Amino acid sequence: MELIFFIEVLAGGLLAGVMYALVALGFVLIYKASGVFNFAQGSMVFFAALTFVSLTERGWNFWLALAATLAVMVLLGVATERVVLRPLVNQAPITLFMATIGLAFVLEGLSQLLWGSQPHGLELGIPDVPMEWLSRKWNVNISQFDLFAAFVAGALVAVLALLFQKTRIGRALRAVADDHQAALAVGIPLQHIWAIVWAVAGFVALVAGVMWGVRNGVQYALTFVALKALPVLILGGFESILGAIIGGLIIGAGEKLAEVYLGPYVGGGIESWFAYVIALLFLLVRPEGLFGEKHIDRV
Amino acid sequence: MKRTSLAVAALALAAAAGPAAAQNEQFVPANFYWVGPYAPGGSGFGGGMIDYFAMLNERDHGINGVKLTWEKCETEYRNDRGVECYERSKNKGPTGASVIHPLSTGITYSLIEKATADKIPVISLGYGRTDAADGRVFPYIFPLITTYWSQNTAKIKFIGMKEGGMDKLQGKKIVNIYHDSAYGKETIPVLDVQAKKYGFQVTHIAVPHPGNEQQAQWLQIRQIKPDWVILRGWGVMNPTALKAAAKIGFPRDRIVGVWWSGAEEDVIPAGDAAKGYIAAGFNLPGTSFPVMQDILKNVYKKGKGEMEDSSRIGSIYHTRGVVAGIITAEAIRTAQAQFGKGKPMTGEQVRWGIEHLNIDDKRLKELGAVGLMQPLKVSCMDHEGGGAVKFLQWDGKKWNVITDWIASDQSIVRPMVEASAAQYAKEKGIAPRDCSKEK
Repeated sequence: MELIFFIEVLAGGLLAGVMYALVALGFVLIYKASGVFNFAQGSMVFFAALTFVSLTERGWNFWLALAATLAVMVLLGVATERVVLRPLVNQAPITLFMATIGLAFVLEGLSQLLWGSQPHGLELGIPDVPMEWLSRKWNVNISQFDLFAAFVAGALVAVLALLFQKTRIGRALRAVADDHQAALAVGIPLQHIWAIVWAVAGFVALVAGVMWGVRNGVQYALTFVALKALPVLILGGFESILGAIIGGLIIGAGEKLAEVYLGPYVGGGIESWFAYVIALLFLLVRPEGLFGEKHIDRV
Repeated sequence: MKRTSLAVAALALAAAAGPAAAQNEQFVPANFYWVGPYAPGGSGFGGGMIDYFAMLNERDHGINGVKLTWEKCETEYRNDRGVECYERSKNKGPTGASVIHPLSTGITYSLIEKATADKIPVISLGYGRTDAADGRVFPYIFPLITTYWSQNTAKIKFIGMKEGGMDKLQGKKIVNIYHDSAYGKETIPVLDVQAKKYGFQVTHIAVPHPGNEQQAQWLQIRQIKPDWVILRGWGVMNPTALKAAAKIGFPRDRIVGVWWSGAEEDVIPAGDAAKGYIAAGFNLPGTSFPVMQDILKNVYKKGKGEMEDSSRIGSIYHTRGVVAGIITAEAIRTAQAQFGKGKPMTGEQVRWGIEHLNIDDKRLKELGAVGLMQPLKVSCMDHEGGGAVKFLQWDGKKWNVITDWIASDQSIVRPMVEASAAQYAKEKGIAPRDCSKEK
């Protein structure tokens, strides 16, 4: 009985970790291509989900609303490159980071200005309830929706890995990430690449927003899911798509097990900060994260 | 040149007319939140209060000819912003701020000493510091209608009714899943006292802010196998809890929420997972009450009104704001009857008005609010005034009232309130008022 409960907590944690990884992927994409930690990723998740659900509530067909939201996110990516990043080429990373903080607040305000501050329900037709046969046979509750989310995350990682490893754009993205100036010198259009990567991050934000929206409703609190991605990034490394997934799984499972088995001894409610404890412990062993690139500076 | 002269003349006229007009106005700050994670609550409550004031101005030309005025200040549900808005608004209007509705337990705590020193009453309607119900120690703080502790005793009474009597609570298991904040923890002591009294077993489970991930907590609940779950959530924590309950197969009609977990905004995002869920309420939703009809006729039909989304008119948060408007206006009216009809009242005078409020059934009928809220009688000793709760159940589309007003158990609550207030008075060196000497 205890073992079954342990398995249930572990499986639930792993599946929650997949949801964190979905958000972390957006951070990784932008960091990988531009060396910028995009503070606005959580706001992009919120903006994308709110736009999508608002369109569907206005009677738009599901796929049409999805396509329109994707178009909006691409436009947002291009606009971010033009208005926010282009004037800051070759500035210090902290300057770009501060710019994304500003972008986060603008997006949050704009989202509520355009679509209002009301929470919305979102259903994809996949019930977020335990699978009956599993429940009946093993007394283990695993949600159908969580499995679907895991499948979506897996598919997303595969597509992104292909994009980065097997296409010219991917090679250009990696070159830009290594050195802006060197990439410019060999003729890679930096602005072009940044616009593409921000647009792809917008797409990832849309997927993450829809998944989290189904789970908790589409509301402002979606911006907080970025907080769940941070320990994943610390652990998995800021530049690794695989790291985001593995990091997500470790953080998800670790925090749930800690909450259930350690929480009762210390008053409970520990999972949000315990995730950072796990990440910091990993940092002691691998400062660049599990899959992060080792930086060697010659002096 | 001519245009400039005209503008100067207009400005001079306005300056001359301004103070005269302002003398006949009563200023009430609208320090709420329209953006951020808790905006649905802030915009609904604030919208309801302002709509009621606007209706009074349109229909009755204010209170005995004194027009109500207000100014919005965005607090973002943050303590620092709440204090900033308070400071900004406290001296506005001919007599300063009449009364403050902080709409946040945290901001209420931050304002207790400031507002008392400034002689501006604070109304924390269904939230805030519970022991402020002892008006001897907290002369300017009014946790009106029902405090968290009172509500909690009504909740246990409701569960007892459902189980077939209070004696049937013996040996039952209740889980209290709460937002890990001062607000969330507020009812732990009273629940523990009730558990001892009625012999049920209570387990408190914390959910870290903001509560958008609760899998671990609900798996613990699954293992405990409770008979009932009390949900003390706020914002995203509420729909997430209902979804997580569905995920472990816990029946939603065995979950009883606090009134800050009992609005449309708390259940709609959870979809079908919210069907059957029960929540407490001290105001009811709907637009059929005569006062709501008056708001529709005098405000919305004239193209005014605060709720941009018309489907929110008459929602739980909106009518809660209307109740706040009624109480505020009645306090000002009571103060005017004592200190001079047709004059704007100071904060000190409005405080007297609140402390002498008596909204009985007859007055509720005159106000067109029978059923919208319970009768309210406030005194120097009792800054709560009501103490009763109704329970509502969500059917997937709307809230349905499933009980009459259930009185709280003051035999448990009042001694706790007095002990806690006495402790506060001792810590702060406050000499409690002698209520027998109050006029």
